[in-house]
Amino acid sequence: MGLFDKLKRGLAKTREVLAGGLRRALFLGRALDESLLADLERALLAGDVGPRTTTALIDEVRAAWKAKRLQRSEDVEPFLRERITERLRSGGNALVRAASGPTVILVCGVNGSGKTTSIGKLTKFLKRDGARVVLGAADTFRAAAVEQLTIWSERNGVEIVKQAQGADPAAVAFDAVTAGKARGADYVVIDTAGRLHTQTNLMQELEKIRRVVKKAVPDAPHETLLVIDATNGQNAIRQAEQFHKAVTVTGIFVTKLDGTAKGGALVAVRDTIGVPVKFVGTGEQIDDIEVFDPAAFAAALFD
Amino acid sequence: MFDSLAQRFTRLFAGLGRSKLTPANIEDGVREVRTALLEADVGLDVVRGFVERVKEKAVGLTRLDGVAPADQFVKVVHDELVALLGGEETRIRWNDRGPTVFMMVGLQGTGKTTTCGKLALHLRRKEGKKPLLVAADVKRPAAIEQLKVIGRQVDVPVYAEEGGRPEKICARGVAKAIETGRDVVILDTAGRLHIDAELMDELEDVKGKTNPHEIWLVVDAQVGQDAVASAREFDRRLAVTGVVLSKTDGDARAGAALSIREVTGKPIRYVGTGEKLEQIEPFVPKRVAGRILGMGDVVGLVEKAQEVVDEASARETAEKMFRDAWTLDDFRLQLRQVREMSSKLGGLGGMLKHMPGMADLPEEVTGRMDDGQLVRWEAAIESMTPKERTDPVVLDGQRRARVARGSGTSVASVNELLKAFKLMRKQVKELKSKGILGRLAGRRMDKQKLKQIEDLKRRGIDLRNWFPES
Repeated sequence: MGLFDKLKRGLAKTREVLAGGLRRALFLGRALDESLLADLERALLAGDVGPRTTTALIDEVRAAWKAKRLQRSEDVEPFLRERITERLRSGGNALVRAASGPTVILVCGVNGSGKTTSIGKLTKFLKRDGARVVLGAADTFRAAAVEQLTIWSERNGVEIVKQAQGADPAAVAFDAVTAGKARGADYVVIDTAGRLHTQTNLMQELEKIRRVVKKAVPDAPHETLLVIDATNGQNAIRQAEQFHKAVTVTGIFVTKLDGTAKGGALVAVRDTIGVPVKFVGTGEQIDDIEVFDPAAFAAALFD
Repeated sequence: MFDSLAQRFTRLFAGLGRSKLTPANIEDGVREVRTALLEADVGLDVVRGFVERVKEKAVGLTRLDGVAPADQFVKVVHDELVALLGGEETRIRWNDRGPTVFMMVGLQGTGKTTTCGKLALHLRRKEGKKPLLVAADVKRPAAIEQLKVIGRQVDVPVYAEEGGRPEKICARGVAKAIETGRDVVILDTAGRLHIDAELMDELEDVKGKTNPHEIWLVVDAQVGQDAVASAREFDRRLAVTGVVLSKTDGDARAGAALSIREVTGKPIRYVGTGEKLEQIEPFVPKRVAGRILGMGDVVGLVEKAQEVVDEASARETAEKMFRDAWTLDDFRLQLRQVREMSSKLGGLGGMLKHMPGMADLPEEVTGRMDDGQLVRWEAAIESMTPKERTDPVVLDGQRRARVARGSGTSVASVNELLKAFKLMRKQVKELKSKGILGRLAGRRMDKQKLKQIEDLKRRGIDLRNWFPES
């Protein structure tokens, strides 16, 4: 690549930063009017919040403005951020723990959402407190999924329970939970095959995994994490609804938030199924995991 | 939870009947279009331009006799979508002096590796090519292993190295293809974020070292507003030559297809339609247009149905249903057609999936409708007298028992059949009163309308093109 291209690329980056700053500056000097609301609406829509939730949020702003609770233009964005943060915060974002015995975490999601990578990161996160983790390779469908999880188990130095590709996923999950119990593990994390929420038979398979896990530990799974790709748009809502219906999702793990996607559909997801976001994945490295911070997430929607 | 645009329009224009479109209701319609497109994840800027164009065209519409304004409006939107999605030469640029190199790129998790396998199988089977897959994803754990497994499944060799620089692996892969007489090379690159400068540089290096004839961006049908930003960047850095839309077997509206098309101007080549490696199809603009509007993918169904049902008999059935002249004989004919169709489409369940709204039906419902039941019903109808077939009310307990005996079925089965028949009749009546049958079973077939359809045809307008399903 030539010097000119490099320069051009650098300039493009500067332009983006400038544009963002400029927009913020514009907010300051502006009147609080419908055109300001329209700009905020655009920001929300561009962040994948979706037309329904966006309209509801903007209506709240408008109501506050008309009731004179909002008077200055620079207060509008903070107000909106606060409304979104509130929506996302209720219900708590902490991981549920089993009263005794291993905490069983079932991880599910559509294809390519980043389940296996997220499990690699989650394992490292759980191990931070010296906890003992066992992984269950219940994605027996996708080619080399078991190998992929095995590599993550090696990187983390934890045990993995697995069978060959094509094995019964529920049986693998059962074995993993039984092994975790026998070895006094603190956590058993089960990877499942990616499935589109419209595939009834595969959703039933997921229900079966959940039922079978209960046979080993009656109150398991303690957490059912749904992995949602932040680059997804409004379909994330459908995914959440359908997975929740099938296996009662208890938390969301949002991935790929390190790009330019804002993941705004999660606000609508929260409105729809009422399940909190618990973790955020931000990169490809093992440490690229964070506990979800609603305020930071809401702020990023307007960056 | 999303209403289709057709449903929204029907509601919106319900009070309007057949009167003219006014500036006010055009404005309402435009707002609905905007919401529908945003719910389908069409990019914000793309929506804005699109809506403006639709508005211009709607204002210039002259009223067509007997055509509801809602229908006219949907047609404008649908046509505009089709025009935007398609209309360009999409032939693969084959290299006649050596192997044709395909470079597959995209964000993480869009389905690149699976798509590579599907493409290899498709080109091997449909184009008689001898592909070589090259594992250039040295980043994701076990990605190379995944491609090797897929290669075995599609019976295509895989070139892979342990570690190393992707551009070097790819260059050696191409050399290997030349050496072994393979005429297609498919490079499976690692998924990456478009803002990851280092990895985007790496792709440029791969491109520089292999001179691909086609560079295809794999895009997940579920992607949201970010599709525009990432596609633009991939295109800027690599000059993408085509797009593959993956995971269209879900219920995502795939509005990103429109954004990417509009922003990059690059054609969509193929769509991935399932987890199986043979599930890849050439892109058909009309289908995705219908999908974005939430009309279901009925074009496929209609195309396949046309192989079985000739149009005249379908029209006759629709007409009879409206005139309440629909008898068990007609029902029998329909059952047989459904059965033939269902065997072509992989069973009733597979068929229903193609129909609007039907994808949401729980399996308890679709699962119960097995082909065996259709056979039993057909047999039962065949055991009835002509009088019974035209006027099922005469079928008392005694007659039902006789029909059951005669057809080798059971009274319960006969009862079920009659119940289903009654229910269908009732539904047809309800649909008729709601005026939405036009979208399910063809246009209303009263005489006046038929005449108008013929008139329109003479003027070069074919109503059947108005909606993917009609």
